[in-house]
Amino acid sequence: MALLKLDKVTKHFGGLIAVNNVSLELEQGELSGLIGPNGAGKTTIFNLITGVYPTDSGSIFFMNQDITRKKPHETAALGIARTFQNIKLFGKLTVLDNVRVACHYRLKSSVFSAVFDLPKYAEEEKRMTDESLRLLEAVGLYKLRNEKASSLPYGHQRKLEIARALATRPKVLLLDEPAAGMNPEETLELMKFIKKIRDEFSLTILLIEHDMKVVMGICEKITVLDHGCVIARGSPSEIQKDPEVIKAYLGSGTYARS
Amino acid sequence: MSWTLFLQHLANGIALGFVFGLVAIGYTLVYGVVKLVNFAHGDIFMMACFFVYYGITLFSFPWWLSFVFAVFLTALLGISIEKVAYKPLRDAPRISSLCSAIGMSFLLENFATVVFGGRQKAFYQPQVLNKTLNIGEIRIQLVTIVTIVVSIAALLFLNYLVYKTKMGLAMRALSHDFDTARLMGINVDRTITFTFAVGSSLAAISAIFWALRYPQIWPFMGVFPGWRAFTAAIIGGVGSIKGAMTGGFLIGMISIMLVAFLPDLAGYRDAFIFMMLVFVLLFRPTGLFGEA
Amino acid sequence: MYRKKSFWFTVFFVVIFFLFIQYAQTHFDAYIIRIMNVAAIYVILGVSLNLINGFTGQFSLGHAGFMAIGAYASALLYMSPELKVMNFFIKPLIWPLNQIQIPFFPALLIGGLLAACAGFLVGAPCMRVKGDYLAIVTYGFSEIIRVLFNNLQSITNGPLGLKGLPTYTNLWWSWGWAIFTIFFIKRLIDSSYGRALKAIRDNEEAAEAMGVNLFRHKTLAFVVGAFFAGIAGGLLGSLVMTIDPNAFNIMLTFQIVLIVLLGGLGSITGTVISGVLIAFLMEWLRIVETPMKIFGFTIPGISGMRMLIFSVILMIAVLFFRHGILGDREFSWESIFSIFKKRDSMEGE
Repeated sequence: MALLKLDKVTKHFGGLIAVNNVSLELEQGELSGLIGPNGAGKTTIFNLITGVYPTDSGSIFFMNQDITRKKPHETAALGIARTFQNIKLFGKLTVLDNVRVACHYRLKSSVFSAVFDLPKYAEEEKRMTDESLRLLEAVGLYKLRNEKASSLPYGHQRKLEIARALATRPKVLLLDEPAAGMNPEETLELMKFIKKIRDEFSLTILLIEHDMKVVMGICEKITVLDHGCVIARGSPSEIQKDPEVIKAYLGSGTYARS
Repeated sequence: MSWTLFLQHLANGIALGFVFGLVAIGYTLVYGVVKLVNFAHGDIFMMACFFVYYGITLFSFPWWLSFVFAVFLTALLGISIEKVAYKPLRDAPRISSLCSAIGMSFLLENFATVVFGGRQKAFYQPQVLNKTLNIGEIRIQLVTIVTIVVSIAALLFLNYLVYKTKMGLAMRALSHDFDTARLMGINVDRTITFTFAVGSSLAAISAIFWALRYPQIWPFMGVFPGWRAFTAAIIGGVGSIKGAMTGGFLIGMISIMLVAFLPDLAGYRDAFIFMMLVFVLLFRPTGLFGEA
Repeated sequence: MYRKKSFWFTVFFVVIFFLFIQYAQTHFDAYIIRIMNVAAIYVILGVSLNLINGFTGQFSLGHAGFMAIGAYASALLYMSPELKVMNFFIKPLIWPLNQIQIPFFPALLIGGLLAACAGFLVGAPCMRVKGDYLAIVTYGFSEIIRVLFNNLQSITNGPLGLKGLPTYTNLWWSWGWAIFTIFFIKRLIDSSYGRALKAIRDNEEAAEAMGVNLFRHKTLAFVVGAFFAGIAGGLLGSLVMTIDPNAFNIMLTFQIVLIVLLGGLGSITGTVISGVLIAFLMEWLRIVETPMKIFGFTIPGISGMRMLIFSVILMIAVLFFRHGILGDREFSWESIFSIFKKRDSMEGE
């Protein structure tokens, strides 16, 4: 049974069909990629899964539960975490606080017990801090924990976004162009890193990526979108040979690199 | 309730609707181009009345010259406010320009209190406009008709400006996509200056008609008309001229009809208008004619 | 270690401060005491508005409305029935308010709680309305409160207002509440809840994606902010002894916004400093409204001049000192310690 399942999902923006009748399944533990030319509807699919936009039709299931109408904070609490294409950190907060915010939804203590620092809250706060520090250690940002997030270099910001997403204790992690703006060396490191966290946190990962080296290098399964429709699905080697895919990429003229 | 009385109220409602509509257009134009709620717009409205007042009492202008003079000065005032208070903050966070707009409103009100005095002054009433016309059974003041005629003329002229001139095209381009329009080589500063000039002159025109109807002027007189007009702009959909006029009519009608037919609730008029605003924002955040 | 040390430092200074308050209350003249009371109320108002505007990033202009609710609710509870009869001579006060009289403290609390309920109602549309629109909605709300209080003759006495209120507010009450407000809001923003609020300010979309319930947290900020605004309203009513609906107009909100802006959006320390500064400044500025003699010339006092100067300061602050006194920095014992530490180590070398 699929962990996450999109069933004939459609989304319009005005007259534009951003996502057209898309069905998609993610198996437990899978590392899969979502590719396609610019404007193919990839990020929109992330926004539909996490509940940023409501779907026009079709439904989305997560662990056999219908999450089609859930809000972003609810899908996050259920175990779907994401990063953003254009990094969206809490710029004025410290690195540690950025991660701790993502633990906040599990907090059981009331506002009063937080303000008066009652024992129950103090214990939960300590647990959140410890967990966040562990995550920062895992992504290699432990030393920078007291820096302002906006002061980090670009690559670190990407990692912090992933650490923050992990702090929500996700089962599914949605990565939106994690390698954007990285040099080949950093990209290589990132690929290892993604594989590592997949195993360490037993995650199911869906990633959007333009860098074909990343996609072909680490994804076990690839879904190709064009103009909101799924045009191909399969293993990296199958995708590379698929005539539809070649046509979409070369025909549109926007992407010739692979 | 007689039929004729209703028609009289209707005429008054339409006239007031035009007044609110013109002020609302000022908000809408400015918001469309610079994405800023010009909190000082209501006070620009107030200043126009004082310009007329001093044009007549200080310079002994004839009333019609004083009106023209006031429209001109108000446009200048609008332009200078933009230069002083908004332009330096154009690239600052939104909250800064919002505070600046509030501060400007505060400043104008207090300036008027100190310079013009806090007490109410009587606005000059030209004899010609005070005539009452009898159309059959219906009695309508000439002012009401002049308000409607001049407002329609102003609207036609505005329509020409926005849709037929190069400047109008630049305005529409900026309100559609500020950054792209800037890149395309549109003279941003000049367009914004122009927008404030147009918005402020419309405010001046409506302020004059407002003061002819309610002839008491004082430094805080702009607060409520300004707030109602802004509500009208939101209800109609910020950025849409048609929407601002529709919103203006709606609020003008409610203002007149509530007082006329449910005098007990007249004190709650602004509460009703506010409730309407909240409902529109909750269920149709882009307003009646707004774009998504 | 440091945390413990700074805790005791704080306790020590609060004790010293209250000894000072005790001294001030008994030895200072009434005029200075009055300004100090106003300063405390400004501090409460500024800090509570900063929670909404500075820390949560929701631009609210509703503070005057919350204050009005707190002021009226508490006054109607602590006024004696005889005083109520004297005030309500046009239309009698409705039952059971005309019979009730309770002590000052619970009356204040109830006032604050009612303001908090209003805060919830105002905060709720936050979900659909953002930025400038929210400013308009909250501003509209406070105007509506004013309209309602002007019209509900049998509850609020309409535009006549309430007169001759007993003066319970003294430095103990006002600064006691001010210290509690600072404590509560400082602890709130440093807690996990506060981090969520700041996350909403920095990036709403990301905060929501990380599981922060926007509705709950935005309304939390409004409810807490409104509660303290209500308390401040109650304190103010009992200080100035007369309240009427039109005193709680947008000007009042602007003043509080100025306090927050001058102090720095997102800095409690800055807000406290600017609250006290503005309270004294506004009093000193009264000079410009009274006639004065300079070199034998009599300059007549100009009414409204005080507010004009005030608004010029506001504009200068907005245009040239966009980050206020402290930006978003805070005072902390740690920073003081570290200064000493540096000096020690330098001397050691």
